[in-house]
Amino acid sequence: MQKIEINLTVNQRSYELKVKPNKRLLDVLRNDLNFTGVKEGCGIGECGACTVIMDGEIVNSCMVLAGQARDSEIITVEDLESENGLHPIQKAFIDAGAVQCGFCTPGMILSTLNLLKENSNPTRSEIKDGLEGNFCRCTGYKQIIDAVELAAEMMRD
Amino acid sequence: MYNEIKKSQNRLDGYEKVTGQAKFGADLNFGHQLYAKTVYSEYPRAEIVSIDISEAEKLEGVVDIITYEDIPGENEMFGRFPVLAAKEVKYIGDGVAVVAAKSKETAEKAVDLINVEYKEKQPLFNMKKAYNSKDDLVHTDKEDNIIEHSHHLMRKGNIKEGLQKADVILERTYYTPFVDQAYIEPEVIVTIPDPYREGIEIHGSIQNPYSIRENVAKIMDLKISQVKVIHSTIGGSFGGKDESVMLMAARTAILAKRTDRPIKMVLTREESMLESCKRHAYELNYKIGAKQDGTIVAIEDEVYTQGGPYNNKAMFANWRGSVHATGPYRVENVKTDYYGVYTNTIYGGAYRGFSAPQTVFGSESLIDELAYELDISPKEIRLKNCLKEGDTFATGQKFGPGEIPAPLADIIEGVCEHSDYEEKRAEYKEFNNKHNEKKKGIGISCTIRGAGLGGEGIDTAGATLTIDQDGSINLISDLTEMGQGMRTAHSQIAAETLGVSLERFTFINTDTSIIMDGGPTVASRGTLAGGQAVIEAARKLKERLKKVASKKLDCKKEDIVIGNDLIYHKQNKEKTIAFEDLIEVCLNDLGISLSAQGWYNPGPEELDEETGQGKAYPTYVYGCAVTEITVDIKTGKVNVDKITAGYDIGTPINPQQVKGQLYGGLLQGLGYSLMEEFEQKEGYLKTDNFDDYLIPSIKDMPDIDIKLFDIEDDFGPYGAKSVGELGIELVAPSVTNAFYDATGRRIREIPLNLERTLLGKSLSK
Ligand code: FES
Ligand code: FES
Repeated sequence: MQKIEINLTVNQRSYELKVKPNKRLLDVLRNDLNFTGVKEGCGIGECGACTVIMDGEIVNSCMVLAGQARDSEIITVEDLESENGLHPIQKAFIDAGAVQCGFCTPGMILSTLNLLKENSNPTRSEIKDGLEGNFCRCTGYKQIIDAVELAAEMMRD
Repeated sequence: MYNEIKKSQNRLDGYEKVTGQAKFGADLNFGHQLYAKTVYSEYPRAEIVSIDISEAEKLEGVVDIITYEDIPGENEMFGRFPVLAAKEVKYIGDGVAVVAAKSKETAEKAVDLINVEYKEKQPLFNMKKAYNSKDDLVHTDKEDNIIEHSHHLMRKGNIKEGLQKADVILERTYYTPFVDQAYIEPEVIVTIPDPYREGIEIHGSIQNPYSIRENVAKIMDLKISQVKVIHSTIGGSFGGKDESVMLMAARTAILAKRTDRPIKMVLTREESMLESCKRHAYELNYKIGAKQDGTIVAIEDEVYTQGGPYNNKAMFANWRGSVHATGPYRVENVKTDYYGVYTNTIYGGAYRGFSAPQTVFGSESLIDELAYELDISPKEIRLKNCLKEGDTFATGQKFGPGEIPAPLADIIEGVCEHSDYEEKRAEYKEFNNKHNEKKKGIGISCTIRGAGLGGEGIDTAGATLTIDQDGSINLISDLTEMGQGMRTAHSQIAAETLGVSLERFTFINTDTSIIMDGGPTVASRGTLAGGQAVIEAARKLKERLKKVASKKLDCKKEDIVIGNDLIYHKQNKEKTIAFEDLIEVCLNDLGISLSAQGWYNPGPEELDEETGQGKAYPTYVYGCAVTEITVDIKTGKVNVDKITAGYDIGTPINPQQVKGQLYGGLLQGLGYSLMEEFEQKEGYLKTDNFDDYLIPSIKDMPDIDIKLFDIEDDFGPYGAKSVGELGIELVAPSVTNAFYDATGRRIREIPLNLERTLLGKSLSK
């Protein structure tokens, strides 16, 4: 298959790439650009480990092809920490005990970021709706919900 | 009283995990690496007639291909696992050949070009049929299909006489399915040729590095010390990242040696589900005898555990099962037998609980049935029979002061009060009388669990602590961090013992070449045994520091106290030296070693193999759960509304992380109760990814309320016992018991999927 040229903005930096159009966005991010915070858990759009934000929307990057991602703006977990330190969501995940093995964590954090952008004070049931696409096998989710509430509180202040 | 333990502390590897910086196996890349992929069997059982790799070899980018003929050492690892099948494939996940290529895509293509000719055979997929068969054998060098050393038994009192004394006898059979650990990270191994000792270096998602090292050395014909294993950040394991990574390590080691290049093998989810171990499927046959007043007088049980064609866990898990088969109850007459059975199916291994989820489902369903049979409240029958001071366990071990604590009655009372158990039972009865479409139910279950390995092996563990010039402290354990929080707990224990702050600690991933093998990270023993080794190492360092400080401060060693990062005279605060300054004196002025090894060895447990009687475990942990559900009568859907649970796990070193372990276990238990199952047809696997293997999402999370009962027990480090596995086992029986409460229908096979809840039987069997 002929490689195509695509332009991608990842975490505010723009990249010119030559890739096969059917390459998964997940592989472009992990292998071509070394954003290994994006994880692969299932490859079929079920687990959410590969979650990234694409043009403001949550997507499973294992289900997006490079061709479809052309000219888009991508945010990965690597973008969240700044000179001021950890993002409140990252802090909240640590403080609430929402991290165990950490494999689901990047995806969870990005889904939380988008959820809180749309709804700065979600109820527990709205949090469940917002994170439904992200599996976590370790935590039993309770402390993840606590973390989202804590993050929402920190971000409102 | 404590500064660093019994206190919720943030986990030490939190930062790298929330920023995406933590390197998991798949994130490791080495120059010139090749990508390996396995060719799997096409049949559950077949003779291999020929393997033709010629087409694949011609493919551009293929560097090497191996089959069973290329194994330098023995083609058998612990539990009869072949690196690659030689004459016969014995289940659908057997590997036949492995390709190493310059890209993942090329490896995938090459796998399709390998042509294996098979002669199909009828697989032995039915466990009972395999158990009874003497002529159709999974392994023809054996006389039957019973897994070696997997028959474990318990004999107490006299079962015949016991049953004769009973007013009522119930006979029941329960079934549990194969289930997957379903860690979100699939298995990864990266093997590098070691340039310095003609050996190899293995990285990856490895729960038990030492057993991998031993098995790889054997198949490579290398010395154990030539194989170095380091685990990467592990994305969950729960017992599972063991046999599959052993196979991957073996295959990649051969390729690394032959090509002299790093070999990376990342399983797809489908491959992981195919090739990794499962929780054993069980058939539990029980006979229970009781008096009219609910007193249990005898339990007889025969349990069959399905092993698949290869197995290195049934011999241990069945022993654990046999100890716990009669549950946390006083039973004077016991006859228990556990058998592991070889079949041509996916195979059983370790998954959180290690026989407990299956056994507790059986025994807690049984006592519930007994309660209803005798018209006694399920709570009362448990209170009446549960182990109390002065009672003896199935093993003959005595409970009481100075012996093993027996707090279960208090826990049952506490949990029932907290959940309004009896009130809600009455309330739901009323509700059910008025409603036909929805029914509500409440169910209870209890458990006792031996802490640590007990009779499975000696509960040794090692740890090394090294203080560096700047006062930072390196901690390495032979046990692995898989997400459970062990390194934080160990660091807290070390900080507490040394009298310094947690910030000083750095934890190194287990590396088999720098710390001695103290046994596997299993049996919820990371804190229990590992913590003891950490305490010993810390005490050694503390002694050395105190000795130097006593000279420096000119006082007796006994008067020196270390606390809050200061070393001082206990009465005279003038005489104080900062931790950093003392370290400088030790290292720069005196040349004292500030590295110490701790080794914990409780010695072997004493057991009589003929009867199972003896000191099976040094101590036990306990739990009780009350679960409330709503059943939609039309659709059969079961919704778990609330779980209230109480546990005695000893001192919680880090309450936040302890709760995390319990919540996580509870949700896995919920999956086990309601949705998780492999669909198999005559040895073929129909379930291979998260679209058909369903695990709980955040939407399935019920209201969870956990109470910790910190019962005094001096056994573990600072009184801590075990927590990792305890959460999972109470859920399935409390859900099925609640289902009975709601509908009056007893389901003796999990999961409670719609087929079972609607029709009472599985459609797929
Ligand atoms: S890897 Fe993309 S959803 Fe699982
Ligand atoms: S923390 Fe392990 S999968 Fe979520």
